[in-house]
Amino acid sequence: MKEILSNKALTAEELKLAQLIVSALNLETQAAEIDPTAPLYGEGMGLDSIDILEVALAVSKAYGVKLRSDDDLNRKIFNSLRSLNEHIQQHRAK
Amino acid sequence: MADIPLIRDFDAGAVFAFRDRRPIRVEEFLAEARWLAGLIPDRQYVVNLCSDRYRFAAGLVAALLRRQVSLLPPNSTDDFLNRLSLDYPGAYCLGDGAAQTSQLETFRYPQPTGEAASTASPPHIPEEQVAAISFTSGSTGRPRPHPKSWGALARSGQAGCERLCLGAYRNMSVLGTIPHQHMYGLEATILMVMQGGLRMHCGRPFFSADICSELEALPRPRGLVTTPVHLRMLLAEANDPPKADFLLCATAPLSPQLAAEAETGFGAPLYEIYGCTEAGQVATRRPAESHQWRPLPGVAFFENEEGTWVKGGHIEKEVLLGDVIELCGRNEFLLHGRTADLINIAGKRTSLAHLNFHLNSIEGVRDGTFVMPEEDDGTVTRLTAFVVAPGVASETIMTALRQRIDAAFLPRPLCFVESLPRNETGKLPRMALDDLVARLAAKAG
Repeated sequence: MKEILSNKALTAEELKLAQLIVSALNLETQAAEIDPTAPLYGEGMGLDSIDILEVALAVSKAYGVKLRSDDDLNRKIFNSLRSLNEHIQQHRAK
Repeated sequence: MADIPLIRDFDAGAVFAFRDRRPIRVEEFLAEARWLAGLIPDRQYVVNLCSDRYRFAAGLVAALLRRQVSLLPPNSTDDFLNRLSLDYPGAYCLGDGAAQTSQLETFRYPQPTGEAASTASPPHIPEEQVAAISFTSGSTGRPRPHPKSWGALARSGQAGCERLCLGAYRNMSVLGTIPHQHMYGLEATILMVMQGGLRMHCGRPFFSADICSELEALPRPRGLVTTPVHLRMLLAEANDPPKADFLLCATAPLSPQLAAEAETGFGAPLYEIYGCTEAGQVATRRPAESHQWRPLPGVAFFENEEGTWVKGGHIEKEVLLGDVIELCGRNEFLLHGRTADLINIAGKRTSLAHLNFHLNSIEGVRDGTFVMPEEDDGTVTRLTAFVVAPGVASETIMTALRQRIDAAFLPRPLCFVESLPRNETGKLPRMALDDLVARLAAKAG
């Protein structure tokens, strides 16, 4: 049980990304309350495709990482805040 | 009644489309559509959910050849597909993607064998044949059908090309960022290609970086068919967007500033299209030149106590427009936004009555209403919903809504209140709702 709880805790990097998403989309959610393992699309955070474009723009500006959909990993990248953050950290230029 | 060829100014060897940067000839397209027509089930209705534009077009043609009607749903929510399966018994789904529906029997787009038969002439389709049915959301939750004959669709494609003078961009390749199941996408990326000698990009790139690289790979002349949301993202993200020869934008208001920025950024004239599901494309304008809209050839307007109607040209039946329109002589007009009940978010249209019907049909909801804030340029405004539902969790209501309405219309935020400010006649005055929204904003700020 303890381990599951700690999996849902945000790392400092994830919190920064969560704050970026909350401010880009004007979400009501507190960044710190976002479950980093919940799906970004549909159930979970409930984002739609236009939100995802907004997130892509914010990520490109803040991290210099351009998201591409011809990336086979795309579904995996947007699987959760955690997977998106991992992708950004691997590719960040800024 | 006459027949209209599927492809106008037919040239079997001309390029029809680009897939993965390789050209596909007109005769190859027709051969694939004929081959597909021989494989699809023998039914009256097909829901064409192909996400690949070329396969969607081949599916549309195959259905025409088999005299099947293509149903074009505005969204593929479970609820909508359920209703289609009830209203159109036996309808099947033609799909090419991984995520398909469980509501309808699915016929998966088969892997083409590549044995292209040569084609000396294009098929001709009777103009009165019903080719497609598009839908708007009725106020009772039941989709309202708008049948389109092949004649209306083909003439719309021709009229669009004529109004936009696309003859001057002969053989232009067009890249669309919009779904082809919507009238705008169908007309601008499928019908104008088939009836105006254009070439289609088979895909529908999503992220800005994809759109830029795919556009850059197309031969010139090339055009981009898009929306204000995509334009804003493209201009914000790409420092130096690829040069284009033509830009087409529709679905939501576009500010003169964004229009000018797009013309400079892409080095191309930007035209806007005004239309609706019921009538299809109605008029165009180039914001850099004029704020007034010019109707497509043959299209005319008239007014009565209900509002402004449009008729003529490719429009089969007179249509009452959901916008406030000011006619300014010589058939040109100005647009002054939507009439009260109608909502347009990111090009998806519905009515408050429709959304309120769904909200109030959720178990445990005693009263509820959606409120539409003003829509800003290029940014997407979201709806607010107020709900009286003691003891019901927010997640429960959101899950129920997600099954019934398009994601674009989901409330953000969904606010729980003790009661709605209804007046003595049970109506919700706009002023009282605005107060409620203001109180909410003050609390959040």
